[in-house]
Amino acid sequence: MQHAEASHEQIGHLDHEALKVFGFWIFLVTDCLLFGTLFGVFVVLRSHTDGGPTGKELFEIPGFVAETFILLTSSFTSGIATLAMNQGNIKRVIGWLIVTALLGLAFVGLEVSEFTKMAMEGATISRSAFLSSFFTLVGTHGLHVSIGLVWMTALMIQLRRHGMNAVTRRKMTIIGLYWHFLDAVWIFLFTVVYLMGVM
Amino acid sequence: MGNGNLTASHFFVTGDPLIYSADAAIILSVLSILFFLTRCHKWGWLWREWITSVDHKKIGIMYMIAAMLMLFRGGVDALLMRTQLALPNLQFLRAQHYDEIFTTHGTIMILFMAMPLMFALFNIVVPLQIGARDVAYPFLNAVSFWLFFFGAMLFNLSFVIGGSPDAGWLAYPPLSETAFSPGPGENFYIWGIQISGIGSLATGINFVATILKMRAPGMKLMRMPLFAWSVLSSSIVIIFAFPVLTITLALLFIDRFAGAHFFGMTGGANPMMYVNLIWMWGHPEVYIVVLPAFGVFSEVVSTFAKKRIFGYKSMVFSMLIISVLSFFTWVHHFFTMGAGADVNAFFAVTTMAIAIPTGVKVFNWLFTLYRGRITMASPMLWTISFIPAFVVGGATGVMLAVAPADYQYHNSYFLIAHFHQVLIGGVVFGYFAGLYYWWPKMFGFQLDERLGKWAFWLWNIGFYVCFMPQYALGFMGMTRRVYTYGWDLGWAPLNFVSTVGAFLMGAGFVFQVWQILYSIRHGRRDLTGDPWNGRTLEWSMPSPAPYYNFAQIPQVKDRDAWWMEKQQMPEEGRGNTAVKYEPIHMPKNSGIPFVMAVFWFIAGFGFTFHWIALGIAGLAGVGMSLLARSFQYKMEYEIPVEEIQRVEASMGRIG
Ligand code: HEM
Ligand SMILES: [Cu+2]
Repeated sequence: MQHAEASHEQIGHLDHEALKVFGFWIFLVTDCLLFGTLFGVFVVLRSHTDGGPTGKELFEIPGFVAETFILLTSSFTSGIATLAMNQGNIKRVIGWLIVTALLGLAFVGLEVSEFTKMAMEGATISRSAFLSSFFTLVGTHGLHVSIGLVWMTALMIQLRRHGMNAVTRRKMTIIGLYWHFLDAVWIFLFTVVYLMGVM
Repeated sequence: MGNGNLTASHFFVTGDPLIYSADAAIILSVLSILFFLTRCHKWGWLWREWITSVDHKKIGIMYMIAAMLMLFRGGVDALLMRTQLALPNLQFLRAQHYDEIFTTHGTIMILFMAMPLMFALFNIVVPLQIGARDVAYPFLNAVSFWLFFFGAMLFNLSFVIGGSPDAGWLAYPPLSETAFSPGPGENFYIWGIQISGIGSLATGINFVATILKMRAPGMKLMRMPLFAWSVLSSSIVIIFAFPVLTITLALLFIDRFAGAHFFGMTGGANPMMYVNLIWMWGHPEVYIVVLPAFGVFSEVVSTFAKKRIFGYKSMVFSMLIISVLSFFTWVHHFFTMGAGADVNAFFAVTTMAIAIPTGVKVFNWLFTLYRGRITMASPMLWTISFIPAFVVGGATGVMLAVAPADYQYHNSYFLIAHFHQVLIGGVVFGYFAGLYYWWPKMFGFQLDERLGKWAFWLWNIGFYVCFMPQYALGFMGMTRRVYTYGWDLGWAPLNFVSTVGAFLMGAGFVFQVWQILYSIRHGRRDLTGDPWNGRTLEWSMPSPAPYYNFAQIPQVKDRDAWWMEKQQMPEEGRGNTAVKYEPIHMPKNSGIPFVMAVFWFIAGFGFTFHWIALGIAGLAGVGMSLLARSFQYKMEYEIPVEEIQRVEASMGRIG
């Protein structure tokens, strides 16, 4: 049987890393569908307040505007981290990742305090269909951000240990994709949930 | 939530002799397996060779074994139901028990039998067929398997602990809400499916990447075997459908767990939204399981007619069209729920439109057979028998798609007959054809044809005897999910016949088990690696294939690559060319997938019983497993050239 010349290169190490990035893109497609479904549910149920509080009464503009700025900035800083990676400066990579993670943490903190405040006012997940879908949709995004934070911390430790190599580069690429993706989802949340909620 | 003071009789299902005997059977078989493993010192072997394996061929075999066990469990459920319905006014099962059994039967058959049997074929065949050493993500592949396995175990546990779900295989609210199903049954349902569903989603991603990125050089997409095409289209449908299921189940659980109002009757919730969502997944799901069966038929037909498949391109396009259309038909499952004439008409038309590409495929198979030199081995038998079954099943499907007429058939036994005819005739027979076809490749021996014929005829005769009367029963007004009926309705004779048919199929299954056990000792050994005179690359290698699959990656120049090779090369020269091997990189085994799935199981069990601490501990374990993996760096090893030479020589590949 005839055989390929460069069979070794074909499935060599470098290709494996590219393959993983490709797989992550497909994963992002599934995550998009996940959020898409949640958005669909929210849009159907957003007017089903069952006599309870509405978005207009609950959402506080300074709060969600601040969340938006923080998250957008963190996406920007994660971009700088990627740039630093391309320049091969590991200190700066880790530095910018720390900034990104701190911003992410601030975002989660704001969201938690927003949720607790609402719950204290009696606007809980079991109050109405609108609130059920609100907490689930926004909470799912917040959960994604929190998982991203743990993951990013793990990556920083690995960058410390192993420096820059094919594997850590690929991990940086993937986490960058993930973080930008969460940013894009938030833009939709900001528009569909908050802006349209207070209007 | 009121589960604080569980007593033993709440925890263990008590009071039913059927369940007590099942308890005893489960405990006895578990004990005997444990005894056997310890006695023969097989624990280490089990761990090293199977549980931690990331080899796609072994994972495929594990999927197959698990799926056959689930076929047994789902089949016993079916026979219990048919026994209850054999004669009017029987008291064999109580109403509640009947509800539980049709729920577990449907769920198990589709999610824990058809899906894993399909993944078995994916895993066993695809890398070999496209000339790859493995799937794109071997570790993730093992994760998928163990998630399926522990999801299925969690679901099955409900039988003896806590109680089974009873709201149907799609768990429609408000029946599945806490108010109407307060016990843990529906939670078992949610977590069992959720855990295995995450695994299925990962498998979909894995095989799309494998097929798009790992094909041997020269294998353009339009040179790819049709089974690989069917896997690709099925996996794409998985990627688009399963996220919807994940969300739907999650929302149902939030309703039950946190008192939210998505699908209930209060607080502004909307039960119809559940029905829409679940069928947005559910209808594509039936195409997910049937497309690979179409792939199997295409391979079998061209191999056993010794001809190129007729209309290759139209086969590919019809599969792709089916996968797109499958997303636009879901409303046909609830024409009667008042969506309005326009909506119903749209979905009626899309549903009927699927018949067109399906018809194209059937004609292509027939044209391939026409004037072929046909060999009637088992895989071919199952394929031929599929055609009439699918034609009748398809025709009754089109009848159901006529929206106004569906007001009559909806949820009647006519529907039951229709979907079993498609699912058994299409999916189960298709996967059987695939198993018989690739069995020698998996294990290195063929299955006994004589016992196989018995199994085949019992299944087929039983199939028509069981389901044909049900069409008539549907017209006579018998609805699905009734657990008993009176003498006055005149349904008794047909129901009795139907039950006889079910038992004939059960006997067919027994013959298959016998056939496998018999063939392990007496089956014909497959020394050539190519017992059927096959056409695609998997037949170019020894049976079973070595763990690295191809010592050298083949170069593909046309469709039916191995067949072309055989035409061009004399017998002796084949595979014996002077070869220069290179070291091969392979992924290392890992125990993490198994451990992670155990943690998922613990989490699911905890949340099922509202033991929140246990649930969170389980999830934390999942997170720790992921981190542990993330910190691993040396995950590959190298097979040196000498070892490759030794293995190839031991299989008679190099002289
Ligand atoms: C092997 C022979 C089989 C027999 C005799 C059988 C029999 C039955 C019976 C008696 C019911 C209940 C009907 C009712 O009371 O509503 C049922 C329901 C069902 N079966 Fe089967 N079945 C078989 C195989 C399968 C297979 C292979 C699948 C799927 C791959 C399947 C999927 C289902 C589903 C989804 C339901 C509906 C459950 C529900 O109503 O929630 N069955 N079957
Ligand atoms: Cu459908």
